Amino acid sequence: MKFGVVVFPGSNCDQDCFYVIDKIIKQPVEYVWHKNTGLNNFDCLILPGGFSYGDYLRCGSIASFSPIMKEIKRFGDNGGLIIGICNGFQILLESGLLPGAMLRNTNLHFICKYVYLKTINNETPFTNQYNNNSILRIPIAHNEGNYYIDDKGLKELKENNQIIFQYSDINGTVNKESNPNGAIENIAGITNKNGNVLGMMPHPERSSQKELGSDDGFLIFKSILTFLEKKI
Amino acid sequence: MLEAQINITLKKTVSDPQGQTIKHALVSLNFDKLSNVRIGKYVVINIEGNDKKKAEEDVKDMCKKLLANPIIEDYSFQIREI
Repeated sequence: MKFGVVVFPGSNCDQDCFYVIDKIIKQPVEYVWHKNTGLNNFDCLILPGGFSYGDYLRCGSIASFSPIMKEIKRFGDNGGLIIGICNGFQILLESGLLPGAMLRNTNLHFICKYVYLKTINNETPFTNQYNNNSILRIPIAHNEGNYYIDDKGLKELKENNQIIFQYSDINGTVNKESNPNGAIENIAGITNKNGNVLGMMPHPERSSQKELGSDDGFLIFKSILTFLEKKI
Repeated sequence: MLEAQINITLKKTVSDPQGQTIKHALVSLNFDKLSNVRIGKYVVINIEGNDKKKAEEDVKDMCKKLLANPIIEDYSFQIREI
C-alpha cells in the first residue's frame, strides 16, 4: 500500500511520519511537496504536524490554499484515506475537509506532554485495531488545540459517530480535569461524515515504538494498513 | 489609492481566553470598571485605484475566503482614500 506524506513549508513531523511508514509498518512511502498539482496513485495521505507558513493568520489557513490541496480535496471526496495530525488536522479544518475550527488553548500555553485518549469509535479505517474505550497514551504538542464547533455541528458529529478520540484520564474518565486544552467535549480527534478523513491533535507517529516511551499510536497506522488490505 | 482597515474578532459566542487574561491584568491595575475585553486582529490593505464600491466587494471576499474564519470569527472593515 502506498503512502504519501505531504510537506508544507514549516512542516516538521514529516520525517517522523515517513519513518513510521517506511521502517515500522514497512510500506512504500513518498514525500509530496505542497506545490505539486498531482497525486501519484496513493492509498493514504498523511498531513503531518508542524507550523506550516509559521502559523501566520490562523494555524493551517495559508496551507489550505497550497496548490496540492485541490488534489487532496478531490482525493478525499473520492474516498481516499487522509490522516491529518496536529497542524495537519488544523489544515483539514481550514480547508473544510473536516468540520469545526481550532482556538488557542484555554491556558494560553503551548502544551507538550503525554495525554490519555479514549477510543470512542473503533469502526473506522484508522481505529479498527483498537477496542472501543481503549485508553491510549500519546503525546500532544500544540498551542491551538482547543477544538470548537457550534451546537448544531456537535450534534451532527455525535449522530454520525464522528468523534473518534476524547481526552481522558488513565481510567477513561472524560472530564474537565482530563482536558488539556479546553476542546469542546474533550474532543481530540474526529472524522468526516464518510469516515475516510481523520484529524487528530495527538501525535501517533511519536508513539509508535516502545523505545520512544509508548507504542500506543502504532495501531492507527496498522489499522489503516488492515483496512486497505481487506478492501482489496 | 484606497486603504482598507479590517478588524477581525472572535465571535461573541466563542470564549476568548486572551481577552479574559488581559481583563484580569487591567483590573489588577485598578481599571476595575471593565465588563469585557476582546482581542482581535487588525489588517491594513492598500488597494490601487479609487473604485470604492469594487474595493468593498473585494475586501468582503478576502475576509470570507481567507482573512476571517466564519466558524469562529466576525469581521468588519472601513475603506478610505489615502
